[in-house]
Amino acid sequence: MANQSTKKLELSKDSLFNLLLVVSAVLLVMLGVGFFLSLFQASLISLKEFGLSFFVKAEWDPVQERFGALPFIYGTLLTSFIALAISLPFSIAISIVLGEYFQKGFFAEVLRYLTELIAGVPSVVLGFWGLFFLVPIIRELEMKFDLPPYGVGIFTASLILAFMILPYSASIGKDAMRLVPNELKEAAYALGTTRWEMIKKIMLPYARSGIIAGIILSLGRALGETMAVTMVIGNYHGIPENIFSPGNTIASVIANEFTEATGEVYLSSLMYLGLTLFIVTTVVNIIGRFVLKKLQSQR
Amino acid sequence: MSDIVLRTENLTASYDEHIAVKNVNLSIVRNKITAIMGPSGCGKTTLIRCFNRMHELSPKARVEGKVFLIENSNEVIDIYSVDPMLVRRKIGMVFQKPNPFPTMSIYENVIAGYILNGIRLKKSDADEIVEETLKKVSLWDEVKDQLRKKGAFLSGGQQQRLCIARALAMKPDVILLDEPTSALDPVATMKIEELLEQLKNTVTIVIVTHNVGQAGRVSDYVAFMYLGELVEYGPTDVIFTRPSHEKTEEFLSGKIG
Repeated sequence: MANQSTKKLELSKDSLFNLLLVVSAVLLVMLGVGFFLSLFQASLISLKEFGLSFFVKAEWDPVQERFGALPFIYGTLLTSFIALAISLPFSIAISIVLGEYFQKGFFAEVLRYLTELIAGVPSVVLGFWGLFFLVPIIRELEMKFDLPPYGVGIFTASLILAFMILPYSASIGKDAMRLVPNELKEAAYALGTTRWEMIKKIMLPYARSGIIAGIILSLGRALGETMAVTMVIGNYHGIPENIFSPGNTIASVIANEFTEATGEVYLSSLMYLGLTLFIVTTVVNIIGRFVLKKLQSQR
Repeated sequence: MSDIVLRTENLTASYDEHIAVKNVNLSIVRNKITAIMGPSGCGKTTLIRCFNRMHELSPKARVEGKVFLIENSNEVIDIYSVDPMLVRRKIGMVFQKPNPFPTMSIYENVIAGYILNGIRLKKSDADEIVEETLKKVSLWDEVKDQLRKKGAFLSGGQQQRLCIARALAMKPDVILLDEPTSALDPVATMKIEELLEQLKNTVTIVIVTHNVGQAGRVSDYVAFMYLGELVEYGPTDVIFTRPSHEKTEEFLSGKIG
């Protein structure tokens, strides 16, 4: 009898735990769906007013209540991709150094720690630093090239972003490099290869999909990054003329204007912007995953 | 002895504190198959890894003594006084586990040595090397229609033959095989053993094995190692019928190993 009752107890504990897991999982999905729906509902006024032309109009006029998101979509994608291009060589270099040359030891630990430290710097601090140290340097540079010396702008924001996303792609890239089987490295060496050729022609191709996964993750981060970008991008509502012009990203517009959005259409348009960012990030992620799958199946 | 291709002089190799190979003097005969046998941990793998300077890739590895490669032109190379990359192109290696490059096609795998070393081959030359080498390892008929595919679908035995082809394509003087069949089934093992017999006309073969039967079947000369020392070395039929050392006899009869 005693035996049976303990068994029963265990069974009920087990099913209780199962229930807890199912509830948590369902709750999480509902949270996601609910988030999307409420965002959608809040942007409904603006959606009815502007429809899909919201995505292609380059106009942001709170006084006359005419809104279009094109400059901000453009600014978001531009800053993110420039940041990616700037950070890529560094992240690959760090991946190689930490993934092959210094896998353990003092130097490896220090470098790894410093890289991860970047991820821990609060965004507002980076923005502040950018404003007072990076902006003057960019201004000097712009004067040399006979450009209007704003200092702030798309390029400055991209630089800060590049710095911020570096730890993500570098950390995943490093892990991908470390996963290259030792047998393959030995096989390459046994054919008389130098270390560099081995890295270039064996390790990097092998780690390619991991490196790209890191890039996708860091791109997702760049698209949504708000504070630091808002502080150095210049907050100009038109389409930027070149990469040194001031501009805006979707996130920076929302951060700058949600407190002063008094009109119903205005507030709803900001919500619509939020929805747009959500969609842009999702689309970029889907494309990234698709590319990743394609690469993995090739192997 | 007859025509020598590789000769060691007082070769000692160690990892950190542990001495894996002690004072080995060995001469490998050209165009013959030499088996190096012995129980696990006796230093046989370390010994051949000293021949193509792979041993020094391990952390804290040390080598003392000399290894000479005597090329066909009677030119003697002290392999520890030249560039290791050069040595490894002249002395190829095949590993325990088949390890074709998964990011390369079968075709590219065969000429991987050229690709990795940045040696540009004319298309016609590359085609010729690939066909000739794959025929040598009797893989051509099995893969000739799928040369541009990645080698992942090949069986273990086929992959290992691809690895032998990859080593052969560099036209080395010697190839070292480190227990090449230990990850393979008996049928694939037999195929590789037959293959070695055909290959010895063009290249000198040194094979490490802990399998007495295999050493007896494939080799012309056999070296027995025990606890890092070279115990006995000579023609296979002599060693297998009249071993002069007690330890050799114990190993051959299965008492140690």
